Amino acid sequence: MAERVAVIGVGLTKFGELWTKGIRDLAIEAGAKAMEDANMNSKDIDAMYVGNMSAGRFAGQEHLNALIADQIGLTIPSTRVEGACASGSLAVREGMFSILAGQHDIVLVGGAEKMSDVSTAHATTGLMGAADEEWEGFHGLTFPGLYALMAKKHMHDFRTTREQLASPAIKNHHNATMNPIAQFSFEITTEKVINATMVADPLTLLDCSPISDGAAAIILARESVARKYTDTPVFIDGTGLSTDALALHDRRTLTALDAAVRASKRAYEMAGVTAKDIQVAEVHDCFTIAEIMAIEDLGFFKKGEGGKATMDGETQIGGKVSVNTSGGLKGAGHPVGATGIKQAAEIVMQLRGDIGKRQVSGAEVGLTHNVGGSGATAVVNIFKR
Amino acid sequence: MHKANVPMAWRRFKSKYNLVGTKCTKCNSSFYPPRLICPKCRREGKIEEFEFKGTGKIVSYTIIRSGPDGFEKQTPYPIAIVELDEGARVTGQIVDYVDSDLAIGKKVAPVFRKVYESGKEGIIHYGIKFRPEN
Repeated sequence: MAERVAVIGVGLTKFGELWTKGIRDLAIEAGAKAMEDANMNSKDIDAMYVGNMSAGRFAGQEHLNALIADQIGLTIPSTRVEGACASGSLAVREGMFSILAGQHDIVLVGGAEKMSDVSTAHATTGLMGAADEEWEGFHGLTFPGLYALMAKKHMHDFRTTREQLASPAIKNHHNATMNPIAQFSFEITTEKVINATMVADPLTLLDCSPISDGAAAIILARESVARKYTDTPVFIDGTGLSTDALALHDRRTLTALDAAVRASKRAYEMAGVTAKDIQVAEVHDCFTIAEIMAIEDLGFFKKGEGGKATMDGETQIGGKVSVNTSGGLKGAGHPVGATGIKQAAEIVMQLRGDIGKRQVSGAEVGLTHNVGGSGATAVVNIFKR
Repeated sequence: MHKANVPMAWRRFKSKYNLVGTKCTKCNSSFYPPRLICPKCRREGKIEEFEFKGTGKIVSYTIIRSGPDGFEKQTPYPIAIVELDEGARVTGQIVDYVDSDLAIGKKVAPVFRKVYESGKEGIIHYGIKFRPEN
């Protein structure tokens, strides 16, 4: 790579059910905070990329690229990017590539989703648009149902226990207590997870990430420009994107996301690192089983051992690899389009060393793993100090 | 569940009422739902219509306790990924079962059933579900 792309600012709104805020309020708040963090003015920004899954279904509002640029008071090139729950990380890649292509020096990448204005049933139905509508949704399959099919098979093939399955949610709720923007800042126990309302066997309500409102933004800059704004740039040195069959039944396996495996290989290669070098990772724990598969797919643990590793504390802050220090999607919330950007912001703050109580000491290499749908899109980005 | 209107439902009748998929005669892979391009052979592949027998076995299953729009009255209902004997995998509900039938590896056979009703047009959507085979 001729030149590196740095993150020079991050901004996050609170995640949760935010009744007083619409999607434009959220997007603007995150963008403004990122600019403040980067110590810059909006006139310094050359272009924008906006990650959003479904504002049309959730808020009746499309055309977010123009809406958000307009509300910030800009007329710069602005593009909306969609890849279901991976929309945010796709936007990061596009922003990065526009700099590497020599088109821009400074790019604002934002993600936002407003989900609480519609009923839970409507939001669930909207999310199912990320799966195969004609051949999965038609039969009454839901998103928790898709991940339940994976969980059932993982438990069958690798003897993953119900207690192990619950362990990512417990860890992530704990981490969320240290994250001021998190939706859920309270602890939960194994008993609470197992005895919560069953959603799709074996997954209970506490195995599932919530429906959330929120926005996140980061500012990317060409390396030569970055140092004018910050002494602590964090570089995105690797990125990988892969796709797979949209329908779960069409995939090679139910116990791994092949797209995530391929995306991570590409990202590791580009960044010149291996799984062993990653000290802190934000992974896509839309359901507890998703985190267990993620830490296997990324190469942190052997296939089938993700549940045991989590229960043994190997992924807690300061463990072998600190996973989801933000609280993940489970603890911090999952405003779909914002999630990939929030993951990037978390890793940047970890590598800058200014994240507070949940700091992973000496973190220099971090990773984000963002999945669209039930695994048809996966993006892995690698960050270095 | 998106509420499919008449043309959306009608254009898939053939494959939804019977397990009519496709087959690549070059590599012998079969596809259900039907694929128009063979992922292995791509432009070299030769795709033909192919009807599956519908018998197969459960690869994984779950019980949906919180259903999407249109399925509220059916919950709870089991849903499975079934591997058909000819090789393709398909998603469908399991019916006419006792609890012990819900098991990975359980043999199943197809049945034609109502799936859900939708919208102002009152369309009744039919499709293939699976029952345990003893």
